[in-house]
Amino acid sequence: MEANTRSTGRLPAAFLTPGSSSFVDFLSDYQPDLLPGNRKLPQVQGAIEAPHGTTIVAVTFPGGVVLAGDRRATMGNVIAQRDIEKVFPADEYSAVGIAGTAGLAVEMVKLFQLELEHFEKVEGAQLSLEGKANRLSTMIRSNLGMAMQGLAVVPLFAGFDVDRDKGRIFSYDVTGGRSEEHGYAATGSGSLFARGAMKKLYHRDLSEADATTLVIQALYDAADDDSATGGPDVARRIYPIVTVITEDGFRRLTDEESAGIARSILERRLEQPDGPRAELL
Amino acid sequence: MSTPFYVSPQQAMADRAEYARKGIARGRSLVVLQYADGIVFVGENPSRALHKFSEIYDRIGFAAAGKYNEYENLRIGGVRYADMRGYTYDRADVTARGLANVYAQTLGTIFSSAAEKPYEVELVVAEVGETADGDQIYRLPHDGSIVDEHGSVAVGGNAEQISSYLDQRHQDGMSLAEALKLAVQALSRDTNGTEREIPAERLEVAVLDRTRPQKRKFKRIVGRQLGRLLEADGASTEAESAVEEE
Repeated sequence: MEANTRSTGRLPAAFLTPGSSSFVDFLSDYQPDLLPGNRKLPQVQGAIEAPHGTTIVAVTFPGGVVLAGDRRATMGNVIAQRDIEKVFPADEYSAVGIAGTAGLAVEMVKLFQLELEHFEKVEGAQLSLEGKANRLSTMIRSNLGMAMQGLAVVPLFAGFDVDRDKGRIFSYDVTGGRSEEHGYAATGSGSLFARGAMKKLYHRDLSEADATTLVIQALYDAADDDSATGGPDVARRIYPIVTVITEDGFRRLTDEESAGIARSILERRLEQPDGPRAELL
Repeated sequence: MSTPFYVSPQQAMADRAEYARKGIARGRSLVVLQYADGIVFVGENPSRALHKFSEIYDRIGFAAAGKYNEYENLRIGGVRYADMRGYTYDRADVTARGLANVYAQTLGTIFSSAAEKPYEVELVVAEVGETADGDQIYRLPHDGSIVDEHGSVAVGGNAEQISSYLDQRHQDGMSLAEALKLAVQALSRDTNGTEREIPAERLEVAVLDRTRPQKRKFKRIVGRQLGRLLEADGASTEAESAVEEE
């Protein structure tokens, strides 16, 4: 048991008090110091150097949504990690991709996953997709103090809305502001370039296979122009992480699947380095 | 002022135990059985919403007989305990043994504290292992003791009779359909020996299935799936593959 079990070893009263189905709420009553947002921050001058995750992209297609991320983490001008994982399942029907300070982001995702699972176990039902998106908003907001010291976390949240029967994407800003994106979205340092690519390639009736190809194209374009975003690393066999969420739930493409798409894109780009061309008019 | 009567400690404890046992006996019994691929929970429960079985953590399930508000409190306490522990350490550090211990301490303290009324509940905490040898089932009676069970366990009103029925017939390595059938047969025997039919819609069934690819092994079996399993004959590989598909 945790710290204050008292002498008998029985469950502390806080555990047996009926109340919120939220794990974060429970933690803030019982051991507030364990919550990421409640830590005291030392005053420092300037930004702290810590690994940053870079580009995350998402695209909806009829029947679901695809969320993908590159594999690079940078610390200033140094590549901190080549094979970082930045896209995680949040629960059966949603996923979250993170850009920003990697350490804090991974902790936030861990707590977010737990929050959804805890609610599901206590209530015996899943939160609505909007509900999940709002919980994530609250967590980002609690990180505002860190964000103001340069340690921001800006995730992209995507999921399959079982009630509306379609894939949806939510993007966030550092203050926890949440907005629903239609069609496609990107976050992180390479997001401008990725968004430009997706704008030209996206259309309403993409198949699942089209959508997975589209996100890797967009990540390729982001890596092309943004030094902090990593492209497919053929020599080390490190390829983007691509996840698909449909009515059947969350699925992460295997390394082979992702490598297959990345390689065929690479093949084409040997002849056409800027990628597929859109119509002029 | 009247002088209170002297009640011997033995008598006081016996009275409290009697009180708790009567409360538990009022509810319907439920059974927990090991089968080849995990652990199955079977109980009679007319309600679709108020569950007797639920998920505590990845490999840990919870079953309770007795007073709803009391075991629901303990269940939520257990979920909080498990999630808290998994959050501060690691998911692998949440074990049924640890949880059963905390439940036993909790029930034991409440049972022997004069300031509180004893809880009218009997719990089962089960954890599915990588193999059948790793399965753990703990029964937690109202007074804070722990019983480490193997094969099958019954709690609730008619528990003793059902237990002995199960003990004679349960075998290791039963298929899910066989285990489910045995459980239903055991539950449908009344105290006076007569049998009655329990329709599928009054059954609550859940499994901890070690073959599930997800890390969370708990799953409820409902509707058509349950119907198929109940209809399946003896060696019912067909019905089980149907379960895996869904």
